[in-house]
Amino acid sequence: MKSVDSDFSPSSLSGLAGNFPPRVLLRASGLTVRFGGLLALDAVDFEVREGEIVGLIGPNGAGKTTFFNCLTGLVMPDEGEVRYKGQLLVLRPYKVAEAGLARTFQNIRLFPNMTPLENVLVGRHCHTKEGVWSALWRGKRFREAEASARMAAAEFLDFVGLVPDEDLSAHSLSYGDQRRLEIARALACEPGVLLLDEPTAGMNPRETQAMLELVQQIRDRGVAVVVIEHDMRFIFSLCDRIVVLDSGCKLSEGTSVEVRKDPRVIEAYLGISPE
Amino acid sequence: MTPVPPSASHLTSRHKTNWSEMWRSVLRLSGRWRFVLGIAGALFVWTAAFSPWASFAFGYPGKMTLSGFPGGARVYLLPLLLLVSLLFFTLPVGATAGVRAALGLLFIAGYNFIAISWEGDGVDAVAWGAWIALLGSLLLLWAFASFLWEEADGRSLSGQTAGHTAVKLPDPIWQMLLVFGGVPALLICFVYALDVEESSRFVSLICCLGAGSAALSSLGFFNWTSELLARQRTFAVILLLIAALVFPFTQDGNGYWLRVLISVGVFASAAIGLNIVVGLTGLLDLGYIAFFGIGAYVSALLSDADFTTVHVRVPFLLVLLIGATVAGLVGIFVGAPTLRLRGDYLAIVTLGFGEIFRITMNNWNGLTRGPNGIAGISDLEIPSLFGSTPLNFGDAHEVFGVSLPNFANYYFLCIFLFIGMAILFSRLGNSRIGRAWMAIREDEIAASSMGVNPVRFKLLSFALGASMAGAAGTVSAHVTQQVSPDSFTFMESILLLAAVVLGGMGTIPGALLGAGVFYLLPEKLRAFQDVRMLMFGAALIIMMRYRPEGLIPNRRRKAEFREEKSRFSAGFLKGTGELDLMQQNPVQEGGT
Ligand SMILES: Nc1ncnc2c1ncn2[C@@H]1O[C@H](COP(=O)(O)OP(=O)(O)OP(=O)(O)O)[C@@H](O)[C@H]1O
Ligand SMILES: [Mg+2]
Repeated sequence: MKSVDSDFSPSSLSGLAGNFPPRVLLRASGLTVRFGGLLALDAVDFEVREGEIVGLIGPNGAGKTTFFNCLTGLVMPDEGEVRYKGQLLVLRPYKVAEAGLARTFQNIRLFPNMTPLENVLVGRHCHTKEGVWSALWRGKRFREAEASARMAAAEFLDFVGLVPDEDLSAHSLSYGDQRRLEIARALACEPGVLLLDEPTAGMNPRETQAMLELVQQIRDRGVAVVVIEHDMRFIFSLCDRIVVLDSGCKLSEGTSVEVRKDPRVIEAYLGISPE
Repeated sequence: MTPVPPSASHLTSRHKTNWSEMWRSVLRLSGRWRFVLGIAGALFVWTAAFSPWASFAFGYPGKMTLSGFPGGARVYLLPLLLLVSLLFFTLPVGATAGVRAALGLLFIAGYNFIAISWEGDGVDAVAWGAWIALLGSLLLLWAFASFLWEEADGRSLSGQTAGHTAVKLPDPIWQMLLVFGGVPALLICFVYALDVEESSRFVSLICCLGAGSAALSSLGFFNWTSELLARQRTFAVILLLIAALVFPFTQDGNGYWLRVLISVGVFASAAIGLNIVVGLTGLLDLGYIAFFGIGAYVSALLSDADFTTVHVRVPFLLVLLIGATVAGLVGIFVGAPTLRLRGDYLAIVTLGFGEIFRITMNNWNGLTRGPNGIAGISDLEIPSLFGSTPLNFGDAHEVFGVSLPNFANYYFLCIFLFIGMAILFSRLGNSRIGRAWMAIREDEIAASSMGVNPVRFKLLSFALGASMAGAAGTVSAHVTQQVSPDSFTFMESILLLAAVVLGGMGTIPGALLGAGVFYLLPEKLRAFQDVRMLMFGAALIIMMRYRPEGLIPNRRRKAEFREEKSRFSAGFLKGTGELDLMQQNPVQEGGT
């Protein structure tokens, strides 16, 4: 197994049987995005396997957020395709979410005037099917579906460490709680891959530590995580594999040790070549 | 008056001429004077209420020349005066409330002062009572305002906490009793207000009620009542419903107010539909009345009117369905291409659609008889529950020995219509669909990233709103008995929108209250017919300044407006990829 996936941490294999390499969940190939004359992504190949935590790093403006936007259908790639569990993804945001990709945003995008619970309930959207008639009729099936959605939402809130409060709207939560709520909302989609865009931005060291543990717990639930971060300590202690982007190109890929030693990475970050 | 510290006045005059500062320093009162002036003011107003306001009789209502009794508009000074007197004991907490109540007194005195001198050709017509009412209310205002200034200066830090303390409610049984007493009291107030004929008295009553509620609101009274009503919602709704059903029996067979309330009910029902589109989903629909018009025309054409082009008569319940369906289909037709775009395109398109509808109806002589419209629409007839003869809505009925005018039939129908719409609104709003709508309103990108198909749900909301308007329109055609293009102007769309915004977006009572204000008040303020729109405009501006969340806001929406946070503007300044999307790809949702 080591020979095939030297960069894969064994801890993530708990739950997976046998010694064969874990399945590739998400594979993006040749993703290219141009904004006018700017080449924001240049033929990026990327894959996520079951149960791993992948770090996506790179200097400001490297195209990390654009890459997420591209995966989730917010930006149409000019070239390239994305496959999830082998199926070609239709790059529309709601289709991507239905398929099993959920994300958070670099600048938090909650539903500010809804309660935390309602925020998470919107995340349950794909997993509930009640239409107009059943909402009007309020039959037994509707009530049961509603009750179970609420219960699930409350569990997700609890999982990230928030308590539901009916009188509180999401925008009055503290910054760290808002980030956590966004994660709970994304988890409520029951994604196979969770994309986190700078989850610890603006957090103090204690909150960052809590976030680190939270991401590990998410992985332990069997959800693969891709995380964009500028906090290198966070990335190096968390990720099984790290991908480095610079000016839209994939610069390097490997374990934290490998990436840290890579001269191209050092150059990209420090602007000088180590030689 | 207390001397102002020289340094302070020096500073203010040196740096900038701050007029409110200057006035304050001139008008500031010391502790004892405040009470003396306040009590003097109260006594003045008290005397004024029982003194003549007009020096000779010239038809100003309320026997204003007589002394010794509080006739006419004078009577509305008394409740406010009582409130003010009680507020003296709550100072300094009640200072804001006192200022508001005193302002109410001032408005009543001022309005009548101006009106008397206007109608009596000069200030000579004003007797001493009105003068001392003015003087007294100014004194009261001064006294209470100086309490406020003191707080603003930070010398006394007590008070002003009333609005923020946690709401404490009595036992459930007492809660029910309070609701049980409050709802009939409201109904009695309502019937009383409808009976106030002369506009001078009515304006004074409005001043009294407005200032009174503003004062109570600053004491946290409405936080308390809304909490109370939230706890006892079902009970309160049932009581209100009973009150509404009882109303026709209080009218002595007179149909005038029923007629007015019918139009309020019809428009309130349409407003609920608009509330789905605007309040829940956050789409701006500026041509909403066109969908209402579609319903009205469908109903008019299918009822075999006297002056019509189509000679068929379809049972009303079927017409209701057809009207709603046609309006909904047209809604889909208009919305499907437009709702794929982001931003304000919908507002522009609906604005255009409203005009297209009106102009089409105006020119399609073969079907709609153009500007003449379809007239002589017959009364509704529905199968009776009791006998074999169908129930004709044109007949008066005798129920429990009380004769009900024929309008009572339509009145009851409107209540059913409103209840239907309210159920539709609250059930859909409180479900997966409603949450998807709200999510789209709050943040469309985030909503779509959570699996909500924005085009689909926006279209659903738009079409549902349209068909609710259509349903309300089918009823309205029978009530007005004629349908013509000039009842569906842009102005009507704006009035409905204003009703929704004024009442409070996203709430049912808000839609009712908003429709009430916009379709009931004009009846009462006939004297101001010419400046009606001006007054509404002014009222809306004042509202947006002091109560942007609407009269009966959604509980959480209120907080949004109250906390002015710069969080989102900060996000924009950062200019990260996600927000730039909005400006970059306006047609991003369109399929390839
Ligand atoms: N919608 C857009 N239109 C035009 N240019 C864009 C758009 N979104 C991003 N860009 C540009 O693409 C480049 C990559 O931006 P992106 O937001 O992906 O960077 P990032 O790696 O996430 O940076 P950061 O670490 O600062 O978040 C930047 O130069 C940015 O200005
Ligand atoms: Mg970014």
